[in-house]
Formats: sequence, structure tokens, C-alpha cells
Amino acid sequence: MAQAANVSTAPPVATKKKARIGKYKKWGYIFMIPFTVVFLVFQAWPLIQTFYYSVFKYFWSAGKGAWVGPEFVGFDNFAALFDLNNVNILGLTWNTIIMWVLGFVPQIIISLIFAYWFTNVRLRLKCLGFFKTVMYMPNLIMASAFAMLIFAIFSDIGPVNSILKSITGGEAFRFLSYTGSTMALVAFMNFIMWFGNTTILLMAAMMGINESVIEAAEIDGANSGQIFWKITLPLIRPILVYVMITSLIGGLQMFDVPQILTDGQGGPNNTTKTLIMYLNQHIAAKNYGMAGALSVLIFIVCAALSLVVYYFFASDRSDKKSKKRG
Amino acid sequence: MKKRILAAVLASASILGAVSGCQSKSSTSSGTSSTGADSSTASTSDATSSEASTEESSQGGESTATDGKLTLKEGEGTVLNIAVWNEEFKGHFEKYLKDKMPDGVTVNFLITENKDNKYQNKLDEDLPNNETADADKKIDMFLFEADYALKYVNSDYTLDVKELGLTDADISGMYQYTKDVATNSSTGALKGVSWQATPGLFAYRRSIAKDVLGTDDPTEVQAKLADWDKFDAVAEQAAAKGYKMLSGYDDSYRTFSNNVAAPWVNDNDEIIIDENIMKWVEQTKTYTDKGYNNKTSLWSDAWSADQGPDGKVFGFFYSTWGINFTLLGNSLAVKEADGGKQEVGNGGFGDWAVCYGPQAYFWGGTWMAGAKGTDNATLVGDIMRAFCCDAEFGKQFTSDTQDYYNNKTAMEELAKTDYKSEFLGGQNHLALFVETAPKIDMSKISVYDQGLNETFQAAFKEYFDGTVDKDTALANFYKNAITKYPELKQPA
Repeated sequence: MAQAANVSTAPPVATKKKARIGKYKKWGYIFMIPFTVVFLVFQAWPLIQTFYYSVFKYFWSAGKGAWVGPEFVGFDNFAALFDLNNVNILGLTWNTIIMWVLGFVPQIIISLIFAYWFTNVRLRLKCLGFFKTVMYMPNLIMASAFAMLIFAIFSDIGPVNSILKSITGGEAFRFLSYTGSTMALVAFMNFIMWFGNTTILLMAAMMGINESVIEAAEIDGANSGQIFWKITLPLIRPILVYVMITSLIGGLQMFDVPQILTDGQGGPNNTTKTLIMYLNQHIAAKNYGMAGALSVLIFIVCAALSLVVYYFFASDRSDKKSKKRG
Repeated sequence: MKKRILAAVLASASILGAVSGCQSKSSTSSGTSSTGADSSTASTSDATSSEASTEESSQGGESTATDGKLTLKEGEGTVLNIAVWNEEFKGHFEKYLKDKMPDGVTVNFLITENKDNKYQNKLDEDLPNNETADADKKIDMFLFEADYALKYVNSDYTLDVKELGLTDADISGMYQYTKDVATNSSTGALKGVSWQATPGLFAYRRSIAKDVLGTDDPTEVQAKLADWDKFDAVAEQAAAKGYKMLSGYDDSYRTFSNNVAAPWVNDNDEIIIDENIMKWVEQTKTYTDKGYNNKTSLWSDAWSADQGPDGKVFGFFYSTWGINFTLLGNSLAVKEADGGKQEVGNGGFGDWAVCYGPQAYFWGGTWMAGAKGTDNATLVGDIMRAFCCDAEFGKQFTSDTQDYYNNKTAMEELAKTDYKSEFLGGQNHLALFVETAPKIDMSKISVYDQGLNETFQAAFKEYFDGTVDKDTALANFYKNAITKYPELKQPA
């Protein structure tokens, strides 16, 4: 690139070209205006305000019908978030992480298997397009609609309980009254919704592996297990890490599925309440101080994770884009 | 081939969507004029803010003033915006008021769901700007419930009904408690009126009462349910025969919460849990552990199913609208939407009766208020007069809907006739309402009732489920209550 520029900048043409670049340069800025304006108004300014209000006591008193504050309180809001007598965010973070892990582990395993099968030319699978479409399908349904569907299916008088009752003859199993089963349902939904997406990402990574490497391994006598563990996995590691980190960030922002499934309660005993669900409660109560403080903490964690992704890829120069979450 | 498969996949996806769509529809329809009334989980949580539906009063008939039409005063707006939280009033409006509307007036219903204070928050957002809002965007009239009535009645955002043209004579027939709810605490001005009074009763299934008690006669059943000890005894008898006394945890809640000794919140902004509410906790825990209830929650599918043709639940605490609207709808084997008729033989129709139950209470009720800044003051006043203050209309209304009209003399007169409800097996339940309605005491209401009642029920559901102990449930209640109302405190 630099060399090419040098070649073309022979003295007589140079000034002319520079002038032309100068003339066109303003268009670059003009084209940036829409994004910049939207970013400043809808992202940067609210972000600044969020940080600002996080150190204020500022809420709508629904009882009195009046605003309270804003009154500067320093880090009181943050202290309240870590207060163990409160709905504290350590517990909420734990809930969020557990539900993410429960969904992510099966998801990455299944996705790896499918991606490996789908890209393996020796298996000669048929109707690949169909399977890929079907696997991606759950992601097209709105998460809230999907959660409602699961809610109806697993309700006390839903079809699952009808089957259970006819087998055991006992009482209905009340899925949403137990931490384990509620978490399992949330994890299951996240798994179903996102494994197709992850499969397609991993397939892209696996298709990028040079076929000759695998052929060479085969000639050397490697069996398919060895090829998978020693060749495929190490070569797709960057994408694997990318999938994992975007999924973790998406997982930290888990909201719609548990919100709808548990009717916003995050029950039982707040064990399926996620960070964003708690944030939503504060926003519903128009408690901008606490909501701001919670947002700032989530922002810091997500920013840290994003930096990890950034530095991981800075060396790799890969700029594959995909949806957040996995 | 590929295309066909894709089509099949897409079709199945849309069926999935349709199934979940049905779910939301059926659950929203269960909400009526009451507090817990929206609960159906799924449809709600998606912050649905407001959806406007437009009803043009397109009656092109003669516009002479003598045909009973309401007045559109010269210079007043032609768009009437009514803020509501469900379709109930819209239904009444279409049936009784649409034809009377003056020509050229467009009526918009601005619907915001009730749950988690969403409706209140929407009003709180819009009302302060109402005077300066665009003429066609102004809220002219809004509906409210007892649970948060004080907030608006004590504010400047509601108009004195006298300013809207109502006279003392217009409101003289109303039940006192319906006026107390809507009276400004400091000025004494009446800020809203209601077309209904909502005394509560205990509705029981006649066939089960016969089986358990040997009689389904309301007077005799009442004698056996007259206080909580007797009620518990019947619950035990019912359980022995394989029935459940109540459906869920929250069924009896209002009978306790309406009889509290003090409001939810004291002068120091501290949340006070009344002794009577703790009695509800004890009773419900006992019922749950002994299998006297079905562990459902108000407005859930399972709860509605318990009122259906195959329900094994002895009875439900319901007030006026609940009996004629919710219970009746749930009891039918073939729903009206599927072509079912309200007649004996269709599910549980005719197999129900009502009695006073162990404690007097009320549930729900809807008031209407004129919003400050309205450009339709005359029309709003006319609607109030036509719909809430007309005794003759009230008799008609009650006969049509079995709702209980807010006019003491009209209802007493109607109760003395051979009025009877086919749904209740020919019982004249009006006579019971006439008896209990004047006893309703609204002096312990507070602005926090809706939010705190919802939060308390949700927190203690987990205790009844057995997932947390009582102290944890209490702690969770305080945590969630203070999240919902940051100004409140847990008493030290």
C-alpha cells in the first residue's frame, strides 16, 4: 500500500493529486455526520447522563406524584447495590453467569459437533441447507414469544404436565416453583435459540481450514478423532474465543427469556433474576439513580470483556462480524 | 424441493407464532376492572405502552338536540381521548354511549396495561403536560381504580365534577364509599364518579356444595361459612371428598386486606404489614400444606380452568363484575367466542350461587375523572351523567350485564322485583349486594395499595410453594417493595 503510493507520487502528478484529495476530503466528513449525530444524541449523551445520575439520588415518588432529587449522594447507590441486605448484584451476577453457563456449555458442544459434521466432506451429508435453516429457525422467533410458548407448555396445566401426570399419576410438577427447573428452562431456551447461530459461525471457521492440512494428516495416519482435536480445534481457536466472549457479553445482558418466563419476578427467591431484570425494575420505578449505578457496573464489566476481544483480534486482524450473544 | 421444504418450515414457524399469539390473547382477555387483573404473565411484560384504537361515531342521523344526544358545545374539541387500561369501558361505550355521541366527534381509547404501575406511570407522564398538549392529543377523561385513586383525586390533574356540570342531585343516589374514594382529602371536592359499586361475595359451585354440605341453598351455605373457623371446617370436609376449598393462594387475599386496621404506609413512609394480612399468610399456608387449595395464582390459566366445567374447587371470592364477567365466561364449556351460549347445560352455567362469605369486602371498581386541560369538559360531564347518574339507565344496565349499578335506590327497587340470574341457578344475588354494599369502608386505602398488594402476593407465593421460609419471604417483600417505591422504608 505504502509502496504503491510512493510509485504513483512522481513529482508532477503529486500536487494535483493532493489537491484532489483535499477536495474530496470534506465528503468523508459529510458522510460521517449522520452516524456521528445519531451516536452523540442517542448513545454518547445518554451514556454520559447515566454516569452522571449514578451518583445522585433521583427517583419518581409514585406515592406522592413528585420527583425526589436529584441530590448528590456520592457512591451510595453503588454501596446499596453491594449491600447484602438488598437484592445485591453479586447474587444477581451469579444467577446470570450460572444460567449462561448452563446454556453455553451444551450449546458449544452441540455446535462443534454439527459444524464438524456439516463441513466434513467425507460424510457427504445431504440436505445441508435444510438442516442449517431449521437450526437457525429458533433464532428468528422473538425471544418473548418463545418464552411465552415455553411458559404455556410447562405451566401447571400445560401439555408437559398432562403427560407427566398420566405417567406418574401424581400431582403436577410445578416447573417455575423450583430454582433448578426454572434455570434449566431458561438455559434450554437460550441453547435452542443460539446454537444454530454458533454452528454457522464455527462452520465458517472450519471451512477456512485448508483441506490439504487435513489430507496431510490423513496420509500421516491420523484418525478422525486426532484430526479433530489436533488440527481442527487449534485452527479455529480464534473464532472459538470470539464466540465465547460475545456469548458471555450477551449472557450478562440476559433479560427477555427469564423476564417473561418468571413474570418479571426472577423467582423463586430471586434466584433467576438477572442483572438486567433488576435494572428493568429500577427503570420501571423510575429510579434513575440506582438504574444508573447498576448500568455503570454492567458497562464496566462489558467494556472489560470487549477489550479482551479487541486485543485478541488486534494481533489476528480478523474482522468477522456476527451477532452478539451465542 | 428446497423451496417446498422452506415453505413448510416457514409455515410451521408461523403456526408456532400463532399458538403463542393465542396464548396472549386469551390471557389478556381475563383482565377486568380490578387490581390483580392483568397478571397474565406473558402478554404483559413486554412493555406495551399504549395502543390507540379509534372509534368514530359514524351515526349520521339527525342532529336535533331532542334525540337524547350528548352535547358538543360550540368551540370544544371534536376528538375525545379516554385513557383506560383494558377494553371493559370501551365495550360499554360502544353498547350504550356510541349512539348518543354528537356527530363529528371522534373517540379514542388510549389503552395502557395496568401491571407494575404501567398505567399510572403513563398518566403521570401525560397529565402534567395535558394543558399544553395539542388539542387532539389531550387526555379528556381517564379511568382509575380504588387502589391508587387518592393519588389523582388529591392532585390538581383531576377536575371537580361540578366543574363538569354535575349537580348534587346527579350524585345523590350513589353509594357513599364510591364518593369517598373520589373525594379530595383536603378540599372535599368530588373528583370522579363510578357507574358501579363492587361489593364482594363468595361464589360457590352448587353441585359441590350439595355433595359436601348436603345443601346448595345460599342461606344454609352462608350459615356454614359465616366465619373463618367455619370456613376452615368446610375446607376440611371438602378435602375429604376430594375437592379443593379455594383455587389458589390469592383468592381470599382481599377479604383480609380490606379489613385491615391501618393503611399500608404510615406517616414516616414505613411499610406496615397489618396483622390481618399475616392472618391471610397463615391461612393460606395451612390450606396449601393440607391440600385445601390448588396452588394457582389469580388470573393464571390453571386458576381459570378451576372455574371451568371440570373444576373441583368449592368456590371463589368474587365481586360484582367478577361473577357476571369473569366467572361466567370461565364456567362455559363452549366459550362464547366459539359460538357457545349463556344457557344451562353449557358447562357450569347455572351451577353457581353466591353467599356473603366469612367477611365483607370489595374488589375492584372503576371511576372516571375529567382530566385538567380537557377541551371537552361539557361532553365529559354529559358522559358521566348519562352513564353514572341515571337510575333508570342503571336498572337497564344491571339487567343487561348483571353488573351492579352505583345507585342505591335503583338497586333496592330492582332487588325487590323477581330479578334473578340464570347463571346463578335463578338466585336473586342483587339482594345480597344491596345488603353488603353500604357496609364497604374505604377509609384504609392508600396510594400504594396496588403495588404493595401485588408485591406481597408475589413474595409470599414462594413461601406457600415451600421454596423459601417465612422470614425470607418477608425480606424479599421489603426488598421488592422498596425497589418499586424507592421512597418507602422497612420499619426498623
